[in-house]
Amino acid sequence: MATIIVEVMLKPEILDPQGQAVASALPRLGFTFAKSVRQGKRFEITMDGDPTPAELAEIEKAAETLLSNPVIETYVVKVIK
Amino acid sequence: MSFRIGVVTFPGSLDDRDAARAVEMAGATAVPLFHASDDLKEVQAVVLPGGFSYGDYLRCGAIARFAPIMNSIVTAAEHGFPVLGICNGFQVLCESHLLPGALTRNSNLHFLCRDQKLKIENTNTFWTNGFTKDQEITIPLKNGEGSFQCDDETLNMLESEGRVIARYLDFDPNGSRNLIAGISNERGNVVGLMPHPEHAIETLTGPSTDGLTFFTSVLHQLVGR
Repeated sequence: MATIIVEVMLKPEILDPQGQAVASALPRLGFTFAKSVRQGKRFEITMDGDPTPAELAEIEKAAETLLSNPVIETYVVKVIK
Repeated sequence: MSFRIGVVTFPGSLDDRDAARAVEMAGATAVPLFHASDDLKEVQAVVLPGGFSYGDYLRCGAIARFAPIMNSIVTAAEHGFPVLGICNGFQVLCESHLLPGALTRNSNLHFLCRDQKLKIENTNTFWTNGFTKDQEITIPLKNGEGSFQCDDETLNMLESEGRVIARYLDFDPNGSRNLIAGISNERGNVVGLMPHPEHAIETLTGPSTDGLTFFTSVLHQLVGR
């Protein structure tokens, strides 16, 4: 069984007020290490067996059409065997 | 015979009844359309109402975009069929790529509900032809993800082609680029608007009756065909 990880992040030029809110909460708790925070999404998709190249292409297509919005987001697909 | 204007109900739509009421008050027949059917029931225009389709899961409007009714609407809209997307409907239109850009979280993270002043800048679209250029109107704005975002190239295109139909006045509610409250497609048949004209059609319940003009505009457009 393989797990497909799809990570989706807002493009750098898109304002991320949620990340900013987290960044401003950290020092209130005494965590002073963060210069900035960006918040994204992570999808874990399981499948039977390892993905074939054709299935990987399908996963890429799903990531581009549904899991992310290419207008404002980028995505990365990783396979964990 | 009056014109037939469809109002789509998705799971989680909230303002479909108010939108239908606005359609009726403008003088047309409101036809309920259901997300799970691809049947447009011979309507001559469609309103995608506000709300939280599919719980706003994944991204606002992202799942509604793939509803069967949207396949019919996207195909028709590409051939000039009039579509107005209000709030969540605007988000669906962006996710469908009928309109450029995307709506993201309000810059101050707050869900807003206020009477918002707007300036109508483009009066050539199917849904704004009843306004006068630069007319100032006040209609309710209520959303958590109303910040219009796009890249510089898209922004320049929208501005140079006059496709910004309405801009926020006096107050920046959500961090939208260039204070954009609504845009249209190239042909002007598809309009997306973040504030809610359907809540401003009667003085008893709304801050004005300014919103009604969006609905009478499309009827005027249909008569002129």
